[in-house]
Amino acid sequence: MTTSLLSLNNVGKAYRQLTALKGINLTLQQGEVLGLFGHNGAGKTTMMKLILGVISPSQGEVKVMGMAPDSKAAWHTREKIGYLPENVSFYDQLTGLEVLTYFAKLKGFSKKHAIELLEQVGITHAMKRAVKTYSKGMRQRLGLAQAFIGKPKLLLLDEPTVGLDPIATAEFYQTVDQLKTQGSSVILCSHVLPGVERHIDRAMILSSGNMLAMGSLSELRSAANLPLKIVPHGIGNFVLNNAQLAQYLSDDKQTLYVPEREKIPVLKQLLALDSLKDITLETASLDQVYQYYLQDNASQPNTGAHS
Amino acid sequence: MKQILTVASKEFKDGLRNRWLVSITLIFAILSLGLTYFGSAASGTIGIASLSTTVASLASLAVFLIPLIALLVSYDSFVGEQESGTLLLLLTYPLSKTQLVLGKFIGQGSIIALATFLGFGSSALLLAFQPSHDEVLATFGLFIFSAILLGLSFTAIAYIISLSVSEKSKAAGFALITWFLFALAFDLALLAILVGIEDGLSQQGLTQIMLLNPTDIFRLVNLSGLDSSGVNGALAVAIKSGFSTMQLLISLITWVIAPLIIAIFIFKGKKL
Repeated sequence: MTTSLLSLNNVGKAYRQLTALKGINLTLQQGEVLGLFGHNGAGKTTMMKLILGVISPSQGEVKVMGMAPDSKAAWHTREKIGYLPENVSFYDQLTGLEVLTYFAKLKGFSKKHAIELLEQVGITHAMKRAVKTYSKGMRQRLGLAQAFIGKPKLLLLDEPTVGLDPIATAEFYQTVDQLKTQGSSVILCSHVLPGVERHIDRAMILSSGNMLAMGSLSELRSAANLPLKIVPHGIGNFVLNNAQLAQYLSDDKQTLYVPEREKIPVLKQLLALDSLKDITLETASLDQVYQYYLQDNASQPNTGAHS
Repeated sequence: MKQILTVASKEFKDGLRNRWLVSITLIFAILSLGLTYFGSAASGTIGIASLSTTVASLASLAVFLIPLIALLVSYDSFVGEQESGTLLLLLTYPLSKTQLVLGKFIGQGSIIALATFLGFGSSALLLAFQPSHDEVLATFGLFIFSAILLGLSFTAIAYIISLSVSEKSKAAGFALITWFLFALAFDLALLAILVGIEDGLSQQGLTQIMLLNPTDIFRLVNLSGLDSSGVNGALAVAIKSGFSTMQLLISLITWVIAPLIIAIFIFKGKKL
């Protein structure tokens, strides 16, 4: 049995007038990457704060490495947790190296470690400059370097790729994959972004404090029962004249939306045609899955969690 | 302890980088040198004024300036970090709230203490060219020491403000109000009571009330030792009140420690 690094058991957090989070269950294994998705105010940040032990749950139980994160006993586990807050702006007057050295020292690491991390995120050339001269992307890289201090066992990243250019984003995901192979668990908190699906093992979708869905992407996809998009080229009116296929045809008369279980029969039929020149297949993207669960929730309120 | 020092040295560096140390030192030095040299201009002569006149005028200047500057340096030290997101981040580190408050206090306190020492110390240097070194050293030493305590006290008060509000602009407003109440309104109110209400307040009672205001304690420390010719206002009544310098200094130190403890308590109950 693998020990779970993190477990949330029926966790809720209520403020005086507002229920920020309710009935969340989650276990995270070592080396697992979880994507946490939801609109602003869905409870993502509250959940992160609970895991970090900055706030205490009003109900249920949070355990990180076997301990309640808000307890005194969990003090030393904090060195093993990396966090990148959303929209953090570091001390403008200090240089990048000074900022990172400050945070490294607070976790018991040296300036040398800070320099290594700056190399890893690629801003060594600017480390002697004041942070106020940094671009948004450079600030974000500095924030990431901060989260990577001490090779954390658990990483919580709030909107990590905001402000990064495509190359830096690719590098960032590379680092995530690398940390994963080293056995770190990662929670990526994000609006749904293209490219994120290849790097997460599971996704959790939150909306106004409720968990709408959780599972691997293929599980979510099949649970949502979203159709497959097929665009055949060069077969003229074949589809239109075929009663069985015509029912899947969209309004533009070009695209077929086929349920997952009908995939193979439909493809076989299409591939048998000599006139077929090309065919495009598209499975539902994470974005569509996300939209599906949000709409599903809006149309039937108070249904609680799927999975 | 290591964590406290890490925070303290970062805050000190921040203070240097913001030019706080340089600008405060310069302001103090220029004003105090000016007062020392031109202080006697009112009596028709220019030159180094007598020790008691100098300390009296320096004290009445410092009593306004030091609280204002201490509040200015420290009012945003928590609410500012809260707005930029680093406060939340720091709290996920193995760093307790007490350590963070103490670290900041040591760092920013050192900036204020050093600026006070260097700025007003320049006057001491000028006065030292006069005869009677020993007296100058003792009086000025007491002046600078109590001025530093006054600065630290308002740094701690600024932390209470900074931890109680959630917006920087509000903190600035409250800091200004605090300064106005302690440095100006309190004394005016005392004076009104003294003048307006006959037998309302005994001399003893007055001095005890003055202990409720760190700026007044600072005045008492520095003026009670001098001949009271240059002193007026509510203070003149209170002087020679029976409190020893040591008692006054201890109450000033209380005004440093108590707000600091209150700030830590507020921090512990603060929602983030």
